[in-house]
Amino acid sequence: MIELENMAYSYGGGELLSGISLKLAPGSFHFLTGPSGAGKTTFLRLCYGDLTATSGTVRLFGRDVRDLTRDQIALLRRKIGTVHQDCQFLDHLPLYENIALPLTVSGHSEWTDEANLKELMQWVGLGSRARALPPELSGGERQRAALARAIIMSPDVILADEPTGNVDWEMSQRLLTLLVELNRLGKTVVIATHDLALIRAAKSQVQARVLRIANRKLQLAGADL
Amino acid sequence: MKALKTALALLVGDAQSDRVVPPTGHTVRLTLFSAGAMAFLAVFALALSMATGRLASLWGDELARSSTIRISAPEAQVADQTAAALKVLETTPGVASARALTTEEQQQLLEPWFGNGLSLDGLPVPQLIEVVEKGDGFDAEGLRLRLQAEVPGATLDDHTRWRRPLVKAARSLRLLGALSLILIGGTMAAMITLAATAALAANSQVIRVLRLVGAQDSYIAGAFVRRFTLRALIGGAAGTAVGMIAVALLPSAQPEGGFLTGLGFEGWHWLWPLLIPPLGAVVAFVATREAAMRTLRGLR
Repeated sequence: MIELENMAYSYGGGELLSGISLKLAPGSFHFLTGPSGAGKTTFLRLCYGDLTATSGTVRLFGRDVRDLTRDQIALLRRKIGTVHQDCQFLDHLPLYENIALPLTVSGHSEWTDEANLKELMQWVGLGSRARALPPELSGGERQRAALARAIIMSPDVILADEPTGNVDWEMSQRLLTLLVELNRLGKTVVIATHDLALIRAAKSQVQARVLRIANRKLQLAGADL
Repeated sequence: MKALKTALALLVGDAQSDRVVPPTGHTVRLTLFSAGAMAFLAVFALALSMATGRLASLWGDELARSSTIRISAPEAQVADQTAAALKVLETTPGVASARALTTEEQQQLLEPWFGNGLSLDGLPVPQLIEVVEKGDGFDAEGLRLRLQAEVPGATLDDHTRWRRPLVKAARSLRLLGALSLILIGGTMAAMITLAATAALAANSQVIRVLRLVGAQDSYIAGAFVRRFTLRALIGGAAGTAVGMIAVALLPSAQPEGGFLTGLGFEGWHWLWPLLIPPLGAVVAFVATREAAMRTLRGLR
């Protein structure tokens, strides 16, 4: 699905990631941890083709990213749902249209009306906020909306970058539960977080592999987690 | 065929996808105004081009088919020399008809300079003979020599001397009108490109989000292209309408007014300006698409 082979990434003259190899198996659940600035976000961006590795290989669904045009990467990205810490919405569109954006851009505008999205919005607890504009939402609501948008195309992989970064503990538990539910439906989930408590809480719900980025390398995290 | 399909898909789009680009009041007004102003100017350039085209054809064809013989002789000989000249013309190949102008007609010709009610009796006005050609026309040099021999007071004027520079000037003006139309189209393309580039730069965050959710560049470009094409069409239609009204309000063609009062459209030529809005939209389509694809290539 997503495969990294001896991958390295340099930025501004310095190497940020080096010698990284990883294969995300279908239906697996990964946590990616490490200190701030270690390269977690960069790692995720490399995983969905937003950045190109300086050396080594990144394969998305069996295809080397370097051989793909930007439009081909865009098509593959429809199979990868992403949740960002800053969520990234279109502020002029109501929430339900933001959530339906992946459908809109892939030519399925006929499914994007509010009624069709009702179930999904209720599932993430935003049933009553469909017509709110993104700036009117709280941090937790934005994170849940980002999650709803990430899964609306029923992607094979969900990459979440600090999905609980702006929310309280209760809300982070709700978001985690949603991601675990998706994993039980067969989705591959990768969560980048520095919140070790969240990882510990997840261990009781899901069989997760915990990876750590430290000193530019990707390592399997120790038992202290 | 594929390019046409792509262009149609870009133009048609759907209402939902057009909403992904936020409305930007500044570029809306700028594009509408530019398209309207350019269309307005294009109507005048077209009117100029067509009016000069008509003049060039009038001077080039109609006047080329006629000549004038002037009989300047002592009063007692004018009638005889006129008759002799007409006789020469009767036997000249290429002459369809020839007739001496009446006193009233000659009076009318002088009216613009001397006013109404002028009596020619006391004035040494030469007698004029109007000659109309047929087929390939007559041999002007041969006729001149015959007139010189048989009608000493006759002078042939085949209009060539003043017709040529006029036709040349009219053709130059027509070319200038066409060049103006091209420049107007180019200026409009430049303005739309600037507005589209500004809109794309102002919406870089929107573009980033769209790419994040799997939008291809053609989709993103399409949203901008449709918007600018529609604005150019609306602005162009408004500018054309105002331009056509302004041209219609110009004084109608009068023989006394010459060229300036003939500036406008005649008959079915009024349909020509209706092409301006769709052509403006095509210019906007191409300009925006180029600007959008170039900007998107540059944005990571």
